[in-house]
Amino acid sequence: MQFALMIYHTPEEFDMRKGDYSDPHLGAWRAYYKALVEAGVYVGADALEVPETGTTVRLREGKRRVQDGPYADTKEQLAGFIILELPSVDAALEWAARCPGASLGAVEVRPLAKEALRQGFTG
Amino acid sequence: MNGINQEDTRRTVERIARESYGRLVAYLSVHTHDLASAEDALSEALVSALNHWPQDGVPQNPEAWLMTAARRSLIDVIRHQRVVQASEPTVKLLKEDCVETVTGTQFPEERLKLLFVCAHPAIDPGMHTPLMLQTVLGLDAARIAHAFLIAPKTMGQRLFRAKTKIRSGGIPFEIPEEHDLPERLDAVLEAIYAAFGIGWDDMVGADQRGRNLAEEALWLARVLLQLMPGEPEVQGLLALMLHCEARRPARRAPDGRYIPLSEQDPEQWSLPLLEEAERHIAEAFKQGRAGRFQLEAAVQSVHAGRARSGRTDWAAIALFYGRLIHISGALGTRVGYAAAVAEANGPEAGFAALELIDQCDVSDYQPYWAVRAHLLHRLGKTRDAADAYDRAIGLAEDPAVRTFLLQKRG
Repeated sequence: MQFALMIYHTPEEFDMRKGDYSDPHLGAWRAYYKALVEAGVYVGADALEVPETGTTVRLREGKRRVQDGPYADTKEQLAGFIILELPSVDAALEWAARCPGASLGAVEVRPLAKEALRQGFTG
Repeated sequence: MNGINQEDTRRTVERIARESYGRLVAYLSVHTHDLASAEDALSEALVSALNHWPQDGVPQNPEAWLMTAARRSLIDVIRHQRVVQASEPTVKLLKEDCVETVTGTQFPEERLKLLFVCAHPAIDPGMHTPLMLQTVLGLDAARIAHAFLIAPKTMGQRLFRAKTKIRSGGIPFEIPEEHDLPERLDAVLEAIYAAFGIGWDDMVGADQRGRNLAEEALWLARVLLQLMPGEPEVQGLLALMLHCEARRPARRAPDGRYIPLSEQDPEQWSLPLLEEAERHIAEAFKQGRAGRFQLEAAVQSVHAGRARSGRTDWAAIALFYGRLIHISGALGTRVGYAAAVAEANGPEAGFAALELIDQCDVSDYQPYWAVRAHLLHRLGKTRDAADAYDRAIGLAEDPAVRTFLLQKRG
């Protein structure tokens, strides 16, 4: 069963990404990634740029609406995601608790949609 | 009614609820096997107490008052279920007891049966502890869910399913026969220890819930010892938890930094808790039936010895772990054994013991990687140590432990 761990950062956490390679914050993330891979549960992951770089597009009554910034105007913003292959949501929550992002911001755990729905999307 | 009186009453109800909850639920469900209804009836009685006691004063025997109120609402519920034939004897029984309580007779203690029901082999082992926390201590599903890292709604559903199984699955409300007792008791002890372990791992910063859960586990162990006086494994478990609890103040520096056991200042250990632990373990071992919890307590007892002698007798710890491995090959025991051997006989010997553990079992077991990193570091294998440190850091949940390991890794 595949789960997405969606990582939400506070503005302070986005700032912490600016550290160099020896930064302990980045060290914690590197170690977490390694633990995921070595445990054989890692499927994929990526990080997003800071929310201010986002642009949100809507089409309403045939008109384009373009907005600076992210979709939702909240303090904690989506910073990245990890896809994991795990036997249960219990295991997914365990990995979410170990995620360095959980101790400052938040980590949302959600199962990927059922295979049939995903195939409906991708053909 | 004035506010102070209301507040006093609320506190009285809370205190009585804590003292009596499990006793009342156990007694109310022992005939019906229906835990959910017993809990509902009791919570109605508690609400009713909050409404009546500020005006009428707290009754002389509050527990009997609650029992009578709860029983009335339980009888109503059973009547509504209209399972007349099955429930009529129960109603009769409840009514008869009603008279006794009013005349001041104590109702029988049924909590031991309830503990054995909660840890029955027919119930998912993962639910033993949550069931106990709810039915014996009255914790709500949301709080239990936090501690167990499960969504509150899911925890509610799992508790409901477990109770349905108890009600309709023919799980007996009785104290197991002698030949079953050791195994069944072990499940009860495991469940209490699991609650303590969660509270222990979870003592992160300002969050108080972990500390409270450890206290609840100690409470359960004391209740169990009261119900089974002199049972050496129960005393062993209590001693083990008291030893760990005694060290709680020493586990963190004032700035929140994590301090490992070997670097803790024994001056900060709680002496009364240590002495209580030592008393229990001495009594338990006198019976000559050493079991898993007594041996684990013995390990902690040796660690505590540092407060007197200034040194840790690692050979003794390795010996106790060696005996533990024969009883249960749990991962924690084998890692603990390797760590003790390393201290007693050097890192090579310790590393050799660690290498005997199957790699498949440890992919997400944090303590293994922490010990492995430490031993590789002592053996001068810096690069391998850094790899192991990474695994330990990546698997750590407590930010203080993560920071500690990041510094060690360098």
